[in-house]
Amino acid sequence: MRKLLFDYIDEPHLNTLAVYERRGGYQSLRTALAMSREDVLSSLMDANIRGRGGAGFPAGRKISFLPKGDMDKYLVCNADESEPGTFKDRELMQKSPHMLIEGIVIAAYAGGLDRAFIYIRGEYQLQGDIMEAAIAEAAEAGYLGANILDTGISLSLVLHRGAGAYICGEETGLLDSLEGKRGNPRLKPPFPAVEGLYAGPTLINNVETLATLPTIIRMTGAEYAKIGVENSTGTKLVSISGDVRRPGNYEIELGTPSREIIYGLAGGPPSGKPVKFWFPGGSSAPVLTGSDLDIPYDFDSLAKAGTMLGSGAIIVADESRRVIDTMYKVAKFYAHESCGKCVPCREGTNWTQKMVSRIYAGEATPMDLDIMASVQEQIIGNCLCVLGDAMAMPIGSMVEKFRPELEAEIEAARERHDGADVDEVVPLGVADEFAGPLPVH
Amino acid sequence: MTPPRPVPRFGHGSRVPGWDDSVDLSKPPATTPDPATTPVPADLRREIDAAMAKYPDRRSAAIPALHAAQAVHGYCSPLAIDQVAAVMGVTPAYLTSVATFYDMLETDPRPKHDDVYVCTNISCSLLGADELFDAMVAAAAGDAHVHVSSFECLGACDIAPMASVNGEYVGPLTTEDPAQIIEDLRAGRPVLADKQIRYRLSVDPGANPEGPHEFTTPDHRRRTDRAGVGDLEAVTDRLGPSAPVERPPQPPTDGTDR
Repeated sequence: MRKLLFDYIDEPHLNTLAVYERRGGYQSLRTALAMSREDVLSSLMDANIRGRGGAGFPAGRKISFLPKGDMDKYLVCNADESEPGTFKDRELMQKSPHMLIEGIVIAAYAGGLDRAFIYIRGEYQLQGDIMEAAIAEAAEAGYLGANILDTGISLSLVLHRGAGAYICGEETGLLDSLEGKRGNPRLKPPFPAVEGLYAGPTLINNVETLATLPTIIRMTGAEYAKIGVENSTGTKLVSISGDVRRPGNYEIELGTPSREIIYGLAGGPPSGKPVKFWFPGGSSAPVLTGSDLDIPYDFDSLAKAGTMLGSGAIIVADESRRVIDTMYKVAKFYAHESCGKCVPCREGTNWTQKMVSRIYAGEATPMDLDIMASVQEQIIGNCLCVLGDAMAMPIGSMVEKFRPELEAEIEAARERHDGADVDEVVPLGVADEFAGPLPVH
Repeated sequence: MTPPRPVPRFGHGSRVPGWDDSVDLSKPPATTPDPATTPVPADLRREIDAAMAKYPDRRSAAIPALHAAQAVHGYCSPLAIDQVAAVMGVTPAYLTSVATFYDMLETDPRPKHDDVYVCTNISCSLLGADELFDAMVAAAAGDAHVHVSSFECLGACDIAPMASVNGEYVGPLTTEDPAQIIEDLRAGRPVLADKQIRYRLSVDPGANPEGPHEFTTPDHRRRTDRAGVGDLEAVTDRLGPSAPVERPPQPPTDGTDR
């Protein structure tokens, strides 16, 4: 299959306007600007491209939700790629920044917006510098700014660098951060399409989604929709890491069997051991096991398997890995990144991390696994954003799928630490005569 | 302003009552510092003004402004926050709330330093990031001008285990590399030039149908310039954290600007 995003990705100097134009760059923008807004939008609707950032919301419909009329409307490109395991936007922005800029101008034209921002994570310094240079070059050449290509359309584009916070990848947290505040998610509704950045209607899309728009315009939406499978159209960049021979970004057609991605493209575990578990869509997705490798890699098939495609980040762990180690890393990550606004997430992530540490310390009992599972259930759906859910789902799935192993870990740790019998342990949160006298100060 | 006191704690860890009492309720809260009496380095002022000009609302410039101040002062010190507050016309409390939220803005006192972030998230830790972090801490031990911290996913799992040295992504690293990193930092040269992510080629075998493709360790010197635009290294090498800092010549000042 011919690649759509990665066709010339390693072309030297593709990050400059000269080479990008030689490869047909900005032709789609000319095509789009010659069409009416409605035609561009309907082409995007026909393509039925689903958002590549994690939620998988159809991008064309998102644009159509924007209110019409004369008001300050904004486009924000979400380049705060922080989901563990995801690094596709990094490669795209570093090697082909103009593809993203072209997509942003097309989206802004379709939505009738004239101010755009790219929120890039602060850690991506090289990529930020490359984007800034590309924006300056595009503005110089008349693809940005006032009166783009003499069509009377104008668009200002500003690169905004974050400062290291996972929660700023959540759309409303990102908006608060872009307004110069702490990145706390907002109560929804109103959704950003109605009231977003500076209280104006705001369109927020992932880098990969926007970078695909020039391709859709070039091929027409109907042709693009023929790639992939029903309801998961097009190609997707997949970031594979962990126990594989060739970690990196691959552009695949949606619906490709997962085995072909993990073994065919990435080469499988270098140790030759079988896959024990894998995250199909970043660390927020419930884990799958080695027996799930034949699931087609698309939005609906993964949802049917009880997990999600998310950002398209596959993390593979082979048989030699302990589930508890990954579980601890996941819990620690979300406990660190929780913004602290909603209680279930702030406390749930923190206590889950403490409970996993207790297993290591030999102080846990199998009952702790039940408590842990119930904590996860109480987080899901009870917070303003899905950060808490993003920990609860993978942890819950690990407890469910690897319970015998975790119980063995608990037992082994107790023996290692010369632990007391299970019966003598005071259950959590129960203050009784076994708890001893309260400390006096 | 003095740095915040550590919270007093009992031996078992809980906080001594009164730890969160307000400093002095009879005093008025800190307000926007008077620009006339707060000296601000000219470069810093220029940078903050330029950042504010980019947004419809000047407060959006809080993060870039604090970044700039941190580069001058080494961390977001009370003085740095006062200077930013004076230029932006906001209260120090507002900026402190922002500075304490983000991992890359530091509020603990430290001198100007090199930042080494070692990723210890899932993919990197599967491939030995925890040992790497220990080795990095050991290599930088006793050097107050190198600050090593373990970081959550930096978005470079393809080169796991990896680290970001002053923003330059390097990997995959072994436990031998930290010593070299420190040496490169002290010598002021690009860190681990062979392992920087900027030179890594795509691993997708279907990408670049017109170009050669190899699955080996990326080596930018092997890339040929098929587009014929000139020297390959000119473009990606002039950007990013390793780029030489070019500042327009400035008239000599005493370092402050009213």
